[in-house]
Amino acid sequence: MKDDIEIKGLAHSDTQHDSAVKHVTGRAEYTDDLTEPHGLIHAYLGLSKCAHGRINRMDLDAVRAAPGVIDVLTADDIPGVNDVSPAGHKDDPIFADGEVKFWGQPVFAVIAETRDQARRAAARAQIDYDALPHALDPIAAREAEMGYVTDPLTLRRGDADRGLAAAPHRIKGRMGIGGQDHFYLEGQIAMAVPGEDEDVVINVSTQHPSEVQHMVAHVLGVPSHSVVVNVRRMGGGFGGKETQMNLFACVAALAAKKWNRAVKIRPDRDDDMSATGKRHDFVADYEVGFDDEGRILAVQGDWFARCGFSADLSGPVTDRALFHADNAYYYPDVRVSSHPMRTNTVSNTAFRGFGGPQGVIVAERMIEEIAYALGRDPLEIRKANLYENGQLTPYHQEVTDQILPQLFAELEASSDYAARRQAVLDWNAKGGVIRKGIALTPVKFGISFTATWYNQAGALIHIYNDGSIALNHGGTEMGQGLNTKVAQVVAEAFQCDISRIKITRTTTEKVPNTSATAASSGTDLNGMAALDAADQIKARLVEFVAERWQAPRDQVRFVPGHIMAGETAIPFDEVIGAAYMARIHLSAAGFYKTPEIHWDRATGKGRPFYYFAYGAAVSEVSVDTLTGEYVIERADILHDVGRSLNPAIDTGQIEGAFVQGTGWLTCEELWWNEKGELKTHAPSTYKIPLASDRPRIFNVKLADWSENSERTIKRSKAVGEPPFMLGISVFEAINMAVASVTDYREPARLDAPATPERVLMAVNRLRQ
Amino acid sequence: MTGKLRFLLNDREVALDQAGASDTLLDFLRIDRRMTGTKEGCAEGDCGACTVLVGRLTDAGLIYEPVNACIRFLVSCHGCHVVTVEHLRGPDGGLHPIQTAMVEHHGSQCGFCTPGFVMSLYGLWMGNPQADAAQVEVALQGNLCRCTGYEPIIKAALAAQSAGGQAMDALAVERDAVTARLRAIRQERVDLTRGADRAIIPADVDDLAALLLEHDKPTLIAGATDVGLWVTKFLRDISPAIFIGHLMKGVEVTDGEVKIGAGVTYTEAEPLIARHIPEALDYWQRIGGWQVRNMGTVGGNIANGSPIGDTPPLLIALGARIVLRKGDARREVDLQDYFIEYGKQDRGPGEFVESVIIPLPGDARIAAYKISKRRDSDISSVAVGISVTLDGDRIADARIAFGGMAATPKRAAGAEAALKGQPWGEAAFEAAARAIADDFTPLSDMRASADYRSAVAANLIRRFWLEQAGEGAGPVRLDYAVGA
Repeated sequence: MKDDIEIKGLAHSDTQHDSAVKHVTGRAEYTDDLTEPHGLIHAYLGLSKCAHGRINRMDLDAVRAAPGVIDVLTADDIPGVNDVSPAGHKDDPIFADGEVKFWGQPVFAVIAETRDQARRAAARAQIDYDALPHALDPIAAREAEMGYVTDPLTLRRGDADRGLAAAPHRIKGRMGIGGQDHFYLEGQIAMAVPGEDEDVVINVSTQHPSEVQHMVAHVLGVPSHSVVVNVRRMGGGFGGKETQMNLFACVAALAAKKWNRAVKIRPDRDDDMSATGKRHDFVADYEVGFDDEGRILAVQGDWFARCGFSADLSGPVTDRALFHADNAYYYPDVRVSSHPMRTNTVSNTAFRGFGGPQGVIVAERMIEEIAYALGRDPLEIRKANLYENGQLTPYHQEVTDQILPQLFAELEASSDYAARRQAVLDWNAKGGVIRKGIALTPVKFGISFTATWYNQAGALIHIYNDGSIALNHGGTEMGQGLNTKVAQVVAEAFQCDISRIKITRTTTEKVPNTSATAASSGTDLNGMAALDAADQIKARLVEFVAERWQAPRDQVRFVPGHIMAGETAIPFDEVIGAAYMARIHLSAAGFYKTPEIHWDRATGKGRPFYYFAYGAAVSEVSVDTLTGEYVIERADILHDVGRSLNPAIDTGQIEGAFVQGTGWLTCEELWWNEKGELKTHAPSTYKIPLASDRPRIFNVKLADWSENSERTIKRSKAVGEPPFMLGISVFEAINMAVASVTDYREPARLDAPATPERVLMAVNRLRQ
Repeated sequence: MTGKLRFLLNDREVALDQAGASDTLLDFLRIDRRMTGTKEGCAEGDCGACTVLVGRLTDAGLIYEPVNACIRFLVSCHGCHVVTVEHLRGPDGGLHPIQTAMVEHHGSQCGFCTPGFVMSLYGLWMGNPQADAAQVEVALQGNLCRCTGYEPIIKAALAAQSAGGQAMDALAVERDAVTARLRAIRQERVDLTRGADRAIIPADVDDLAALLLEHDKPTLIAGATDVGLWVTKFLRDISPAIFIGHLMKGVEVTDGEVKIGAGVTYTEAEPLIARHIPEALDYWQRIGGWQVRNMGTVGGNIANGSPIGDTPPLLIALGARIVLRKGDARREVDLQDYFIEYGKQDRGPGEFVESVIIPLPGDARIAAYKISKRRDSDISSVAVGISVTLDGDRIADARIAFGGMAATPKRAAGAEAALKGQPWGEAAFEAAARAIADDFTPLSDMRASADYRSAVAANLIRRFWLEQAGEGAGPVRLDYAVGA
């Protein structure tokens, strides 16, 4: 037996990120670090300086005459279609053609020998606009009758009007929910290298290589087989590189083919933040009916989203806001509607949670309203309304895997919630400048793309005749440790050390027709596809070993570093070498599609989600009622990732998501001036959390007893998005601290983000 | 053209015949040298992905400080030792202890910010081997990470601190050799161009004074934390530029006054603040991030005339004066009078800020407060310096200067008047707080609304009183201490 051999990197182990050593030494290559082909030239975008207007005159002579400039590209230079709309709406031009619809919209690109020359040249454009009326936020857009960018959705179950009418108590409210810039540390970038015929190879920082391939083919007017898209890694994505890099890749490809030279495009951070979409801001109108015990009887709500000038992913994003308008709570009668409003702002896009957080936070606001109305601890109201297995969501999916009662019990105990809440109440009762708040909030997040066809993945495994393994799959690595986790699955399958496996860059040449690495689904989908590929090769090896080493097939087993033929242990390398000589096929393409899911948008019914991921957090804050400043004193998180494939990586995802979620709700504020120019377009003005903003005490635990009740990869659960929403506990705690100034007679009803300004103004409003 | 631009880059000496004023260190590393470990995240000194160490000779010997390569001009590296992530090695030639700790604690996710974090932590590890979690946070004020939530990075930093090994580190082992090599780079005037872009490094402050008489409107560059953005963000032509970051480093403490050379960085001034104005230390450590404090100078913060610079409110409250020099002639100006209106200061052609004279507070009661959306490394929406002197139970004098409330840093005349001569007590401060509404008509912008600025400015005066009044009302300020 060889079971005692220690091998590293199996499933469920704390394996380090496969690029960790390269990260810390600076040797990890990002797109801008790739060796540049000889003769590479640079593209730079010229952006509009008008929120809405007809282009009256576009004078680019000075741009063309600038030092180092080769030429400019405009809408007229596009051989295929001038559109990168990901959802087929044909409303996302690469270059504005005749009319600009937001401040910062790309109007042209300039090509020059150096990036600096291109950038300086772009600034020389003289463009005159005939200004047209603009609407920047969803309410103004509604008043201006701007219409929807895509079809709205209503989810209904039961009769919300009747339920509300019959309820002993009813509360109506409105909540403003801010957007969020992704602030991936590596900005958008693409480098295109032209080839023979119609070929072009594009290295690009993207979460969705297949879509880049499709878009570039579309824009060049060539078949997809002519376009190869590569991505080794991204310096962060968070949804901001699911569709937003298409434009950059297309500009690079257009220029590369036009001038037959390699072309790189990398916008400055300010241009990146002005020209690319963000998390959707929402204004939500809600009405909730409830009984004396705080049990919700009926909910009715409207979610108005700032979608920007085009649809992009606003359809599925606003849909998902509705899918999570219940968060973890059962609404007996419910009607919730989305309003994807067209605005003269950049087209908003995917961002971790994909609309879900903007649904969840309204559910938690309603809980808070009920608690304050009844004078109860919001936690009691939360518990009273948690789903029970067998109940239906507003989209008619049955909840069958509820674990929140157990999570709550464990977290309440480990965080000492009851005693600490009492201490907070006692502290606040003394009055004083510094007030405290504490809140425990849950998340229940549906896992699967609601676009059902996206729930598929491919993988490719080669075993070379020296026994080394090359692993490729359709997912992309943006820091989440996807490559590491998928390699762990393969290491486990072959019982080999993870160091034997080379995880190669994602490329459309190896695995075709991939889905975006998004919706937290990367490991679920690609891990399964890789396992399928491994199983195919294993089956051939079992067959071969059984025959060569004369053992029954059911006695051929993979053990650490070896394959057992009965009692004989043969080193893995030896088996592979022999298999090659025996002409065994040592390569396999794997495939996976998520079973059992279906969704009918027209009826608003189905099972869009394969399963739910759960979590809960307790956060305590202190608020300075003289200034509105605050500090997160402590956060305790208990989160469900099923049977974790990699507890260290999963814990990192939870910590990072939580801090990013608190950033969304506290210091990160998008601010436009009246002319429609986004003025928070760089880290000098747009503030994401720093190390000193994280909780002063931060306890993060995995619910290690949880196991996915569905047959997911190794019974794990997705982790990328769900813990983002645990940041809402901080927001709720701030609300409590503010409400203490009038002894909790009414909720603070802060809009998000709760900047120090909003907090102080709420304190002052309550005190008046 | 005279001289060459000479500096050490890791273990090699660089000598350039050509260099432009607007060439950045980051572009030199990434484009000219293809050293791609140092990343560009924002090109404005706010994210820290481009953090490198710059070693320079000081009176205290060779010191290494993290700086932002994106806004550090290449020319300003003359006579320095630039250390990038590519230079890090462990004693065995493998990973450096900082790198090992980052790997073992899962301190990287996407990895793009990581080299910058490694370099900031390297600077901390060398300079303060006993750093605790709070000091790690201060060292990381200038480094953004969007993936990890920072927790594993802090753990890695603390683990690296306890691993020790500083004496074995390459920069320690080679200290004498590097010092000798830097000394050999002669400090005489260097005058270089790239095309029409001209950069001049004066030999000394007298040379600077002479240069300013020769040149019409040159750009003066000390720490480049502002001018860097003129180039990287506004694409402005700054030629000819005179680099003065190595000049005017003197500090003199005399009877009742501190005289700080205009070229003293925030970091270099920090021990003075800690010793003489400890009430303002917390405020001082919230100026920019660590990298910015290592580059930016007190003189630069004043000279550029910004209405939202962090030092003027405090310095005006303290009654600071500045020394302006033209040729060999010097004049003193009250700092509050230097700021005439937005974009206009009392500085004539050929003049430069040579030093800042700060009267020590004595028994005056001092406070400095800064309001921003994010606690650290943010530009203030409102900042205030307060100095109140008592005569028995009466307020003898009050100096209250605000930033962010007007087009220049400005004293709150009405609030001061409401205090002067009044009994030391809540009533006077309440009256002063109420006077703020008449003292200022602030603007609304992306940092804060006019209403908030007015409300919070008044409350900061109330806070001052509550802090001075002491116990009874409970704590008045948030405690940011890191818990167990």
